[in-house]
Amino acid sequence: MEAVRFENVKFLYREDGDYAVNGVTLTVGEGEFVAVLGRNGSCKSTLAKLINALLVPSEGKVTVFGMDTSDEKKTFEIRKNAGMVFQNPDNQTVASIVEDDIAFGPENIGVPREEIGRRIDFALDAVGMQAFRHMTPSRLSGGQKQRIAIAGVLAVLPKIMILDESTAMLDPKGRREVMDVIKKLNKERGMTVILITHFMEEALEADRAVVMHRGEVVMDASPEEIFSRAEELEAYNLTLPRAAYISKKLAEGGMPVKGAFNAEALAEEICASLQKA
Amino acid sequence: MRIVAKGLTYTYNPKSPFASQALKGVDIVIEEGEFFGIIGHTGSGKSTFVQHLNALIRLTGGSLTVGDYDLADKKCKFLELRSKVGMVFQYPEYQLFAETVEKDVMFGLKNFHKEMKEEEMRTAVREALERVDLNYEEVKDKSPFELSGGQRRRVAIAGVIVTRPEILILDEPAAGLDPLGKKEIMQLLHAIHGSWCKTVIIVSHDMDEISENCTRAAVFSEGKVVMEDTPAAIFCRSDELVSLGLDIPVTAKCARLLKERGIEVQTDFTCDDFIGRVLALWKERGKADAQ
Repeated sequence: MEAVRFENVKFLYREDGDYAVNGVTLTVGEGEFVAVLGRNGSCKSTLAKLINALLVPSEGKVTVFGMDTSDEKKTFEIRKNAGMVFQNPDNQTVASIVEDDIAFGPENIGVPREEIGRRIDFALDAVGMQAFRHMTPSRLSGGQKQRIAIAGVLAVLPKIMILDESTAMLDPKGRREVMDVIKKLNKERGMTVILITHFMEEALEADRAVVMHRGEVVMDASPEEIFSRAEELEAYNLTLPRAAYISKKLAEGGMPVKGAFNAEALAEEICASLQKA
Repeated sequence: MRIVAKGLTYTYNPKSPFASQALKGVDIVIEEGEFFGIIGHTGSGKSTFVQHLNALIRLTGGSLTVGDYDLADKKCKFLELRSKVGMVFQYPEYQLFAETVEKDVMFGLKNFHKEMKEEEMRTAVREALERVDLNYEEVKDKSPFELSGGQRRRVAIAGVIVTRPEILILDEPAAGLDPLGKKEIMQLLHAIHGSWCKTVIIVSHDMDEISENCTRAAVFSEGKVVMEDTPAAIFCRSDELVSLGLDIPVTAKCARLLKERGIEVQTDFTCDDFIGRVLALWKERGKADAQ
């Protein structure tokens, strides 16, 4: 089933301005893990906000599980289905105790008290933060705070999780923690994940990558295919993952290496070429 | 200005249940003219250390001198020191507050140099904005909020370098930018390093950034400096870094895996050097086989 569908969507921030999103047609299937890439200002975040009706299209149509985001009667239901995690972990906590913070979402949609308890359990287990249940979010690390933010979204039981550069402010360890949680949710629970990121390495973990440029979708393929089209990427001001860059340069130098996207594959390729030599 | 720290210690919330010792005896020397990197994971004490350098945190244990300024001396001219050691925090664009770019950049100058004339200040602001590659006439009367993220970060850097600090410290200067933005900021820092601030110190989690840009680096762990050397020498000890829970550059990861298979790549771990060395190795093998 289709989780999200964009039909020739255009969006204007100001009546007299240019289109920020300029004719996007895109579908995301249920259970897919899609990375959205693009330079600053390519309207990746606008795209995200159009999904859960924080913004509605100026032209065209966005539907979430068939519900039109411009239909105000559906707004609530859409937001229940499409949860969003933002960049700064400090801006997403509302309570002074972790479990209260996670209860905030379900309380707002009127979930009964006993059920809220079960959902807190479920959400904390899913992000591996059960031990922190009674702690104060402000005393946690960035990666832990982002996992709490994800748990807060999970407690509403959305089918789609949108992450808008949610790892940008974290250190490598925190980033790994969050990525592991996201992958697990996607693989084990079939959660549809839309991951907006500047880290090319993160995009490699998705099933599919979409490149935005000036409000348009300009590339849409598997991450491996996208990173094999280096010249095109460059035109959109994006770079290759470092390992891919190295393997490309080695191939240009005449070495028979295939494109490698991480250090392991790169070592493998180099080793094989040296043995052939 | 040379930075010399000996046995630097610092405890947050001393004598309370929340007491935590952030620095446990830091010894470090940073020479004038370096492009120095500071590595370490969250909570390793690196931010606490850099905040000592311009006395945002007052010295409580050990000794620290920055040029001729002795920070242990209560009579140390702290205001003067702060104008010479500029500090750019993480996500500095969130700290812009004035209604125009010009006023924002001028703020530091006004505080440090009360004797300066308005006209001189304007000239200084113009030079600082041009140094960060912004068009003065175009941006000076704009609200900082009208600018893009990358531009705002540049304005924030201009606001610090406007006092012509000899040492410029930046906490994660490239965090949150897209790949091109990252590259541009690093190029900008090299340009500033050559022409404007004698010493540049960056705190970074990105090991590739450290290996590509720094002359030397220090690794912080649990409140101490555990390594202080050139990036090439530091990343040679990648096993130690990994056991400290730190990342290593892709080149170092790959070199490590190759070594396990008996292939030694002598490299300084910058991308270009690594590529060159591997290609050389490959050509050598080709020749050996041909003979």
